[in-house]
This record gives sequence, structure tokens and C-alpha cells, in this order.
Amino acid sequence: MYTQSMDLPGQVQLGGDSAEERRFQARVDADAKIEPRDWMPEAYRKTLLRQISQHAHSEVVGMYPEGNWITRAPTLMRKAILIAKVQDEAGHGLYLYSAAETLGQSRDQMMTALNAGKAKYSSIFNYPTLTWADVGAIGWLVDGAAIINQIPICRCSYGPYARAMIRICKEESFHQRQGFDIMLALSRGTPQQKAMAQDALERWWWPCLMMFGPPEQDSTHSAQSMQWKIKRVSNDELRQKFVDVTVPQAELLGLRIPDPQLKWNAERAHYDFGAINWDEFWRVVNGDGPCNRERLAARVAAYQEGQWVRDAALAYAQKQRDRARKEAA
Amino acid sequence: MIDQREWPLWEVFIRSKQGLDHKHCGSLHAPDATMAIKLARDVYTRRNEGVSIWVVPSAAISASDPDQRESFVEPMADKIYRHPTFYELPDELKHM
Amino acid sequence: MATKPEFVLRLGDNALILGQRLAEWLGHGPALEEDIALANVSLDLIGQARLWLACAGRLEGQGRDEDRLAMLRAQHEFRNCTMLELPNGDYALTVVRRMLFDAYQCVLLARLAQAPEDEVAAIAAKSRKEADYHWRHSADWTVRLGDGTEESHRRAQAALDQLWDYTHELFASDEVDPDAAGLREPWLALVEPVLAQATLAIPAPSRFLSTGKRGVHSEHLGHLLAEMQILPRSHPGAQW
Repeated sequence: MYTQSMDLPGQVQLGGDSAEERRFQARVDADAKIEPRDWMPEAYRKTLLRQISQHAHSEVVGMYPEGNWITRAPTLMRKAILIAKVQDEAGHGLYLYSAAETLGQSRDQMMTALNAGKAKYSSIFNYPTLTWADVGAIGWLVDGAAIINQIPICRCSYGPYARAMIRICKEESFHQRQGFDIMLALSRGTPQQKAMAQDALERWWWPCLMMFGPPEQDSTHSAQSMQWKIKRVSNDELRQKFVDVTVPQAELLGLRIPDPQLKWNAERAHYDFGAINWDEFWRVVNGDGPCNRERLAARVAAYQEGQWVRDAALAYAQKQRDRARKEAA
Repeated sequence: MIDQREWPLWEVFIRSKQGLDHKHCGSLHAPDATMAIKLARDVYTRRNEGVSIWVVPSAAISASDPDQRESFVEPMADKIYRHPTFYELPDELKHM
Repeated sequence: MATKPEFVLRLGDNALILGQRLAEWLGHGPALEEDIALANVSLDLIGQARLWLACAGRLEGQGRDEDRLAMLRAQHEFRNCTMLELPNGDYALTVVRRMLFDAYQCVLLARLAQAPEDEVAAIAAKSRKEADYHWRHSADWTVRLGDGTEESHRRAQAALDQLWDYTHELFASDEVDPDAAGLREPWLALVEPVLAQATLAIPAPSRFLSTGKRGVHSEHLGHLLAEMQILPRSHPGAQW
């Protein structure tokens, strides 16, 4: 469902100026797609691989916060919808791992990096889902943020990534709607349900703003990503768009966004909002958020406990091949 | 290094309606062809039932070289992950 | 013979309880592809549960809809067979349980397609298409686990040894379902070849008989229901 822009200093080498690179840049400038077997700068390949795999990891880890409420969904229809949504997230992870695999790393290698704590994924999924309203908040806010982030990537220069994003955006259209629908039902419900919705909004609002990533102070790296059309819009721009779109939605729900500095600025024609606690963001992104260890442990357990199953299927396939060979002989 | 215990990669082609061609729609990992077809149905036809599903091991696909001059990513040439997922085949190859 | 509401409850509860158990695998399966596949099975089963429970509510005529039945009945009112409420265990237990139940669904739903009530016959026909697909998938996996590695074989055999006793319940005829015993032969005709191909040995017969479909369950259902029903029970009358 989402990727976070976390270009850290030292991670991205700047593009060079060889003839190949100039040709490559000309293609990108002309909005031509780069495909798996085309020449590409090593830094372009590395940046994409990191970004796509982070996005894939986010989808997969993103299954857990909402998955936590499947068995407790309050109606059978809500249960079915939630299963379908979490299933979509698995599917999105799969499409993205497939896109990343065209850049030279296997899914196993990427998952091993994730399980070892060496790969990053969106910070938002390191928060716990404590009530049913959290499920609504995630659909409404997190998927809402994801859509804003993802649509520009549909025009990214790398073909497989762009096409995966188009497929994902098509499937995603119901995700946000179902989340908002949950919040709507709660906000029109009993006082306890309304309080549940308000509480969820208060716990998810700021982490959602952090999802868009830090302000791009180190402009060189973002500039490179922009030039290669991997990144199309800045973090701050996306975050501002999210706030502008979401505030009226919260008003419709009769819920209060937990930001005393949130105010419409007629001059800018945007909402002003308060300062984000970037310290918390870095703490969570670097592994010390509320649920990081649990999320990783769940991935590790699934991967390790599933090894005998995967091995069995491969062993059977081999046996079948051996049998076929014997019969042919 | 390729993990020998990883399920191989398959390319998936779906005919969504009678009368149409099979279209490439993505890839997935599966232990064998039977499983690949079943999983392709689960992964790629959730929203519109495909009429027919083809799966091909990615390693079995040959593709034309888009750029005759140089292909910079030689180190990857022997890896099965250098597969043409989402590759846009020219029209002449439609009935392959 | 008219279909009894309690019989339809059995169908709905079987689908609901197994659907609930399978959904627990999401995010914890051995591969992303399998998570997606299991989710599809779970969605099919929950879809069937909704249809069957709504139908049972109508036949019963007490104004209970699918959610009142799913979320507000007490444990002794649930009519699923015990096998389906057991915890998922390892992947072998999950796969073998599915295989045994999917085969049962195939033969049962084929019979129900002849039911005198249009609604029952229609739900059965739709569900049967899904059951056919589930059966082929779980049979394939049973063979791969049984005839895979030594470890997978050991786990699959252990799963079969544990679950076989619980299948007797499926074919125990009673006043709600006098024809249950008659399904055993067609069920075995499906199951035995798969087990043979999977190199799994059919356990010895025993006198164990579970009684979930009569409302007397194992200790596991109480925990499952406590989890499943908590929100409607904590917020009486609330809409979601």
C-alpha cells in the first residue's frame, strides 16, 4: 500500500556524465520507459531496487495491523471486506517483489534482508491496532496517504514499477472507501463508538503525516531521483495535499484532528499545520517503534516455519521429474 | 547467490474472454506447473475470472535484445531473475 | 423431504468456523502466493456462511439474520462439526483438514443440489463450484506434503492420525440428517486415492465420536467464539 521516501545521505551516488548516461537521461527526459534489459546507471538500478523492495516490504508488513482484527470483525460483511483488503496487500507485495526481481535480486534475498532487520519499510506499520476504529483509520488515512503517494509513481520511468503501480492503484480504490465507511458508521453510532473513532484518529494522525517522509533538506539526492523520474513530487508537497484533502473529510465525520495549529490559510490556499516530531519518526524507522520487533518476528516466523512446506513442494516436483524421466527411458 | 530452495519464477498469461489473446499479466513463484496455474488463478484473476491461464517458467522465455550495442547488466545474465516480466513484445510476436 | 433449519445451520457454521480458522493464516503462511490462495478459500467459505445462515434464519422464522446468528449465539447453539474448530496447528494439519472437509463438501453439496427448496438448491449449486476448486487445491497440497520430504511426510501423517477420528462425526446419521451415513462411501472414493498418492496410511478405526454438530463442542470453540463475537457483545445493539 505504500512506500516512504527515505533517501538518506550517502546511500545514492550521483549520476555521472558518460555518453551512455547522457543517452539514458535523454530517454528519461522524453518520458520513454526504461525496461529490464535496457542499459541503466548502476545508481539508478540501486535506487530503484531499494525503493521498490521497501515498497514491497511495506505491503507485506502492512498485512499485520489490519490482519490483527480479521478474527474480531464485528459483522460477517466487514470480516469478508477486511480479508479481501489484506489479501490485496499480499498481492501488491507480490507484484512489487516481481518488479524488483527484474533488477537482479531474488525475492528470497529481499525477504532475507527484511527478516534480518536490514531493509526498511514504511514506518506507519510499526504502530499497534488497538481498536476496531484503528482499522477504519488505517483505511481512511493510511490508504489515503498511499494513494496520494502512489499516483505519481504510476508515471515513474522504470516500466515494471510503473505498471505494477497502475495495477495496484486500480485495486486500491476500494481500500480507502471501506476505511472511511467504517469511520462513518462509528461516527454515526453510539457514544462509545464515536469515542473509539476519535481515539483512533488521535493516535494515527501524526504517524500518517510522517509517512510522507522527512522534508527534503538534502536536496542533491532528491534532485537526482527527480531527474531520473523515480520521484515525481516532493515529500512536503504530497504531505500538504494529504492534509488539504483529509481535513474536510474529518469534518464530515465530526471528528477532531489532534493539531491545535491546524488552520486554513487563505493566502496560501492550503491548511497550515503544526510541527512534526521527526525524532519519533527516526526512532520508529530505525527499529525502536512500538511494534517493529513484533512485525519482524512475525515475518521471520512465517518465513522460517514455512521453509519445510516450500521444501516439500520442491521435493515433490523433483520426484515427479525423476518419475517422468524413468518412464521415458 | 541463488537460493536453491526458492520456488522458481513463472510468467503468467491470461485470456480474460473467449476470442481474445492471452495477455502477460505478471509473475509469481510456484514449485511446479500445476501449482503455478492454481496460484495464478488466485493471484491474477480475483476480480474477473480468466477463461484460460498459461504459465511459463521465466527461464524458458527468450526475448529480443532491445539495444544491439551494449547491455550493461552482464553480471545478471546467468540469473533467472533477468526475466522479461512486463516486457512489451512487438506486435509481430503476439501469437508466440 | 424438507430441509430443516438446524441442518442449514450446520452448513453455515461449518463454513463460518473453518473460514475463521483459515483467515488466521493471513500474513503467516509459507509463501505470499499461499496467503492469497488461503484468503480466497476463506472468503468463499465466509460467503457460503452468510448465505446459509441467512437462509437458516428465514427457515427458522425468528427474525435472526446472518450477523445475529454468527455473533450472538451461545456456544451450545453452534452446529459446526468439531474437526473444524480445532486450532490450525502446522500447515500439514491445516492442509489435511481442508482436504478431508473439501471432499465432504463436494459429496454433500452434490446431494443438496437436489433439495426441494429452491434457495437451498441454489446455494448448494454455487457453493459446490467453490468446493470443487478447494478440493483440487487441498488434494494437491496433501500429495505434496505426504510425498514431499521426510519431514513433511511425518507431519502430514501426524495430522491425518489426529484428524481421522474427527471425520466419523461427518457421517453419523441423526434425526436432523438421516442421510449422513450414505455420504461415507462417495467421500472415501475421493479421499482414498489422494491419501494413497500422498503415501499416507489411513489410521485404524476407533470409537471416538465428536459431537459438535449436535452442539456439544471441544474446548476450542469457546475461545474462538470469545474472539469472534467480542465487538457485538461489547456494544449491544450497535451498527457497524
